[in-house]
Amino acid sequence: MTTVELVSPFVLEYAYKRSTGPVIGRFLTALRAGRIEGVRTATGRVLCPPVEYDPETGEDIVDFVEVGPEGTVTTWTWVAEPEPGQPLSEPFAYALVKLDGADTAMLHALKCGKDALVTGMRVRAVFAAERSGMITDLAYFQPADLPAPELVPVPAEHPVTRFKAPVHAEYTVAAGATTAEFLRGILRKELNGRRCPSCDKIYIPPRGSCPLCGVRTSEVVPLAQKGTVTTFSIIRIPFEGQVLEPPYAAAHVLLDGADVPLLHIVGDCDVDDVRMGMRVEAVWVEDLQPTLASVRYFRPIDEPDATYESFKEHV
Amino acid sequence: MSHERCAVIGIGQTKYSAKRGDVSMPGLLREAAQKALADAGLGWKDIDAVVIGKAPDMFEGVVQPELFLAGALGAVGKPMMRVHTAGSVGGSTAIVASHLVSSGVHKRVLTVAYEKQSESNAMWALSQRFPFQPPVAAGAGGYFAPIIRAYMRRTDAPDHIGMKVVVKDRTNALKNPLAHIHDPEISIEKVRATPMLWDPIRYGETCPSSDGACAMIFSSDGSEVANPAWVLSTAMRSEPMLFPGRDEVSPRAGRDCATSAYKDAGITPADIDCAEIYVPFSWYEPMWLENLHLFENGWRAVDEGKTELDGELPINMSGGVLSSNPIGASGMIRFAEAARQVRGTAEAHQVDGAKIAMGHAYGGGSQFFSMWIVGKERP
Repeated sequence: MTTVELVSPFVLEYAYKRSTGPVIGRFLTALRAGRIEGVRTATGRVLCPPVEYDPETGEDIVDFVEVGPEGTVTTWTWVAEPEPGQPLSEPFAYALVKLDGADTAMLHALKCGKDALVTGMRVRAVFAAERSGMITDLAYFQPADLPAPELVPVPAEHPVTRFKAPVHAEYTVAAGATTAEFLRGILRKELNGRRCPSCDKIYIPPRGSCPLCGVRTSEVVPLAQKGTVTTFSIIRIPFEGQVLEPPYAAAHVLLDGADVPLLHIVGDCDVDDVRMGMRVEAVWVEDLQPTLASVRYFRPIDEPDATYESFKEHV
Repeated sequence: MSHERCAVIGIGQTKYSAKRGDVSMPGLLREAAQKALADAGLGWKDIDAVVIGKAPDMFEGVVQPELFLAGALGAVGKPMMRVHTAGSVGGSTAIVASHLVSSGVHKRVLTVAYEKQSESNAMWALSQRFPFQPPVAAGAGGYFAPIIRAYMRRTDAPDHIGMKVVVKDRTNALKNPLAHIHDPEISIEKVRATPMLWDPIRYGETCPSSDGACAMIFSSDGSEVANPAWVLSTAMRSEPMLFPGRDEVSPRAGRDCATSAYKDAGITPADIDCAEIYVPFSWYEPMWLENLHLFENGWRAVDEGKTELDGELPINMSGGVLSSNPIGASGMIRFAEAARQVRGTAEAHQVDGAKIAMGHAYGGGSQFFSMWIVGKERP
């Protein structure tokens, strides 16, 4: 099948809220105050950044030690073209820095010219002027022999216990051949299903293969734009990202001739009038787009309700 | 199917609550795991492998929890894996872990499942508007409400049945100090007065959002403790979300899973003394009672009080998902609570003389089922 690819952007975005627990909370609280703390394990090793539990014994960690603010670069990689959201906008290095007093190294940004960059170089932590209990309170490291900006004090608040962890992922979703064919039909106000050659069942939205028989669906079957509400819910709850204003009816609509219900909205009537067996038809938006949302909703039509017996196999 | 035996020798659960702001995610799991170790009288070094489970990734925005959990769960240098099966994950995680023992691969395995709903928003995660789709997604309730309506229509169930399930479960929860919801005032009238969220699902008939973790330790010979629970059978089944003729009210995968679990344990449903089943919305109790072949008419069993703590077949003695719902852990809690019953350690919500108990979980669009039967006597 040769078709022009049909794609759509999709953004997944949410700000999760993380509880730090006591160890990481203390580390972040110290960073906010302009200090760096590591933890001491049972065998006397000092780990920075700290971990909550001793990696050798699995036991709780209770001993904190101040480390740095100077340290030694153990390895590095050069970032010639920084991306948005990276710690520095000018070219910089990501370096592993073993802070004085620590036995492990911390990954962070190192601000220096590429010529100065060498494994073993001495560096010093530079703190951000505004600090809120995040790893970015430690703005970056710089060569130890450069004068460090003076630490701007921030008011000591309650200890850090939580931080925001935003996620932002941009996807390009490809419809795939079968769905693209269906969506192109929508641009012509057609609702086309596909039939399984083995069991004869008709799917809408169409599927490329039949999940019952495991074979490719073959025939495109234009379906009526009328159908029956087999079951439904009235959505009365408001929630983040909601498109429609509650209350609204979300229904299983079995199009005449189809063998699976379509999930869609029932509109143009009082939500309290929506019922099982109600006969409905598709109402199209004016500006047709390749999406099933081009059917604005299904609205009641002047036909007697379908009997429960006629659709009970579908609920 | 098993070659070796598998015994539950340690069970640990956190107190379930809306927000555990005092611990990190690893800290939460560790708390449950340490309780399980203490219950079994073991230390981290006695564990051979760790199997973890959690809810679908976007629920918490964590896609590789094993990266930071090995250190928290004493798993450094040991095999560790994660199981994914949507809401049934707690059950299937326990099953995978038990198979590592019953197959003879390991002697002792720790399994932990968890969720920290206070860091996330499952409703948001389940209501994404994907490209090319109409805006119909409205959380788990939006998905299950039409199916509940279909059950009510199919069986002519009266409206109060769902509310009755809530009152039973939350009354049981008063006897379980770990339960999230403790409401001494619970009543049909109180539930009826709560708003409809996804008609016909009222707010009072939905599970809470909880933080919590549940852990179990499995052993091949059960000799570590005086009262192990023996795994008599395990079963998992799955099916597609949508196909012609799919019975969404009583999915075939659930029916087949139950049949398999009973057959492999060598029992009939009548042999079960009590069960913990996955009921996130009240009406799923009568629906699953039928699906799992426990009662021919689920709502009548509820109406006649047969599933109460002192009834013919007590269901969700701990208060169930309706009283505590750290999603990723909820399935494992069902399994663990079934084991507590046959170990005789369920304290105030103990069913007297329970010898055989069942744990059940489901997930996705009623697509994934996991069950186990546990017994007091070594098989």
